[in-house]
Amino acid sequence: MSTATADHHDHDDHHGPAPGLMRWVYTTNHKDIGTLYLLFALVMFFIGGGMALIIRAELFQPGLQIVDPLFFNSMTTMHALVMIFGVVMPAFVGLANWMIPMMIGGPDMALPRLNNWSFWIMPFAFAVLLSTLFMEGGGPAGGWTLYAPLSLQGGDNLAFVIFAIHFMGISSVMGSINIVATIFNMRAPGMTLMKMPLFVWTWLITAYLLIAVIPVLAGAVTMLLTDRYFDTSFFSAAGGGDPVMFQHIFWFFGHPEVYILILPAFGIISSIIPTFARKPLFGYASMVYATASIAFLSFIVWAHHMFTVGMPLAGEMFFMFATMMISVPTGVKVFNWIATMWRGSMTFETPMLFAIGFLVMFTIGGLSGLMLAITPADIQYHDTYFVVAHFHYVLVPGAIYSIMAATYYWIPKWTGNMYDEKWGKIHFWVSTVFLNVLFFPMHFVGLAGMPRRIPDYSMQFADWNAVATIGAFGFGFSQLIFVYVVYKCIKGGEKATTEVWEGADGLEWTVPSPAPYHTFETPPAIR
Amino acid sequence: MSIVLRWLVTAYALLFCSLSLAAIGDINMPVGVTPISKEVYGLHMMIFWICCVIGVLVFAVMFYSMFKHRKSKGAKAADFHESTVVEIIWTAVPLVILIAMAIPAAKTLIAMEDTSDADVTIKVTGYQWKWHYEYLDSEISFFSSLDADHNAARQVGSGIDVSQFDNYLKEVDNELVLPVGKKIRFLHTASDVIHSWWVPALAVKKDAIPGFINENWALIEEPGVYRGKCAELCGRDHGFMPIVVRAVPEEEYEQWVAEMSPAPMVAETSEDSAPAAADGDAEREWALAELMEKGESVYNTSCAACHQANGQGLPGAFPAIAGSPVATGPVDAHINVIYAGVSGTAMAAFANQLSDSDMAAVITYQRNAFGNTVGDLVQPSAIKALR
Repeated sequence: MSTATADHHDHDDHHGPAPGLMRWVYTTNHKDIGTLYLLFALVMFFIGGGMALIIRAELFQPGLQIVDPLFFNSMTTMHALVMIFGVVMPAFVGLANWMIPMMIGGPDMALPRLNNWSFWIMPFAFAVLLSTLFMEGGGPAGGWTLYAPLSLQGGDNLAFVIFAIHFMGISSVMGSINIVATIFNMRAPGMTLMKMPLFVWTWLITAYLLIAVIPVLAGAVTMLLTDRYFDTSFFSAAGGGDPVMFQHIFWFFGHPEVYILILPAFGIISSIIPTFARKPLFGYASMVYATASIAFLSFIVWAHHMFTVGMPLAGEMFFMFATMMISVPTGVKVFNWIATMWRGSMTFETPMLFAIGFLVMFTIGGLSGLMLAITPADIQYHDTYFVVAHFHYVLVPGAIYSIMAATYYWIPKWTGNMYDEKWGKIHFWVSTVFLNVLFFPMHFVGLAGMPRRIPDYSMQFADWNAVATIGAFGFGFSQLIFVYVVYKCIKGGEKATTEVWEGADGLEWTVPSPAPYHTFETPPAIR
Repeated sequence: MSIVLRWLVTAYALLFCSLSLAAIGDINMPVGVTPISKEVYGLHMMIFWICCVIGVLVFAVMFYSMFKHRKSKGAKAADFHESTVVEIIWTAVPLVILIAMAIPAAKTLIAMEDTSDADVTIKVTGYQWKWHYEYLDSEISFFSSLDADHNAARQVGSGIDVSQFDNYLKEVDNELVLPVGKKIRFLHTASDVIHSWWVPALAVKKDAIPGFINENWALIEEPGVYRGKCAELCGRDHGFMPIVVRAVPEEEYEQWVAEMSPAPMVAETSEDSAPAAADGDAEREWALAELMEKGESVYNTSCAACHQANGQGLPGAFPAIAGSPVATGPVDAHINVIYAGVSGTAMAAFANQLSDSDMAAVITYQRNAFGNTVGDLVQPSAIKALR
């Protein structure tokens, strides 16, 4: 995408991209690697989405019509693993690669070769993970949470899944170290920490979360591996172990992971809303502190995923109160965004539409999250479609919408061309309508008593499941519009200006569009 | 934007058509029939309305701003970007709301965890994929699995219209009978993987964890039938292990206990009473045809979920019975697999799940069906000798 030549540049620039396919294999350029990450995430988005459509097709009506229950379980498991580790995380890393050096006025990432490696691990990790679907016995079918002892019952796919998770973990940790090193070492003189754009801040905090918790996940899955193949009994009561210990370790990773999936989104939204409101972000400092508070709280709420496992009363109380506390910094963020819009001069181009979609629907997901924090009620909600509705509201119009918003927002800078505004808006509206048709009814069936992860259900849930399936297919296919818009934008279109957006503020909008292959070889002057 | 509008209208028309079709009562949590379930419902509705009010206020300000402060209406951007007072207010106000919600929630939680002074104690054990109930105050115990008709209808490509069943996937062969007005304590455990015993109307959901015992309780206030499901993913047939609780007045319950105690209703599959209930069954010689007939029905309820009705298994996950080295090899080894299970795999030990004659019949069936032609037969007495 970034095929700009040196003639945009005011000084000597002989390191253009290498010709041919090998450019992408050998590249150490942060823009190329960012592009690779984003394209990888897009491909995985359709693979994970295809799995979701298999799930929804089977759930269209009661009775088993299409798939065996075991395959259904492996679809729910793989859908989650692909969407979390293959879509949201790589997409955010791709955005970090593209934008962080440009936002802080640095020439590239601090560790470019490590950067190349952390990307190129990913396709192999996912080839291993997806290959389990074609093995005898099928893919992992114990849920993405891999709870012991169920996950230990399956075939040898477990070994491959664990291997793939280790690979992804190595990639994430290397990517995170790179981001931390970049932010601390590559800032232009005068770019103090409290002048950094919020996307950089949220990614800095996310990177620390990743470095802290990925090894915890690695430990948990390695213990599963030795339980399965080397006769240890970490999670087997018969051998003196404890199945619940797996859940504690897993969610000690898993809850910070939830914020890994949403903090960079907060950063993106904090960039987009001020641009289209033509007004500076309200409460910059409190946004930074709120992000840090959320990150801290994320380490002390893990057991709210486990209110039914039989914890002591004191434990349940602690995790209930700690979980409720999260709504305070999250609320601060939402209020700050609204205050940024207040008395602005707003226009509603596609990135702003997605940002507002994020704001509205993430708030809905946040409020159902508050309901889930109330332990006695959570015991009823737990493991039902109410939970499924909640986390899809924070992940799809949350994480995914922020990635879409970011793409529309920065793609003119990446390609030098404006995207097709009309189709961008159509993409937003069609997605948003179908998304709500898909996920909103899940609140109803969940409250009425439909457990999650079941391939077949009672007649009372039939109507809403049919509605949700229609929404799913509508939402799934409307993402083809996104592919069309992105493709068209790469191919050509109205030329983008340097500023791109009228209200744009930040160093990335001071370099030409498309951004030259190398930017800020000499650091910019910071106001 | 006319295309967008048309999409919007179509999709929402669709949504609201379905809304009118769906029973409106089925979109919320049931109030339930226990003091705890009513408290939980109250908490749920309270927090729901609080969230609604917060949502309406937040969205009202947001949408007002979006309509008023748009460039096309000539809005000029202000340039304020912080206010310590406002920030303190919108940190403190949510805190106060949270404390107001936390107090009643904590009270309910304390009541939920108080399992003392129970009148009746039931031990519930999760199996893949059925429940076992043990009345610890009497001698009653039995398994409870999905109703056979529903089980037949739910197979992939069964061709049976499932909408003919009023309570599709919510009927079991043996219901859990409980007295009204008594404090019932449940002890939860599991024999293989983690399950979760959930009856929404009782607001009871607790994980059944192998090797550990969890407790909770219910006091049912109204007689009736209350249905639930396994809530924790427990393998292939997780969606097919329903729970049916029949709550009856105390006299009726006492009568039921008296009827059940001497000769349990499901003697054939009863754990504690298996050897006793076998009375004549285990002693006499069985004919091949008789064993095969019984074996087929036992196979379909206890084995087919994994090894499939046609005995082909699911390659890589569950081995085939047809042509298997176990089912066509030495009979003692075959018996041992069924009796004691295979550790480290999903193959359960059936010694406590099946009676002598059930086990003898199903082993005989496996050795002589699906194209297996070993020809030998296993007598119930051979199983009895193992116990």
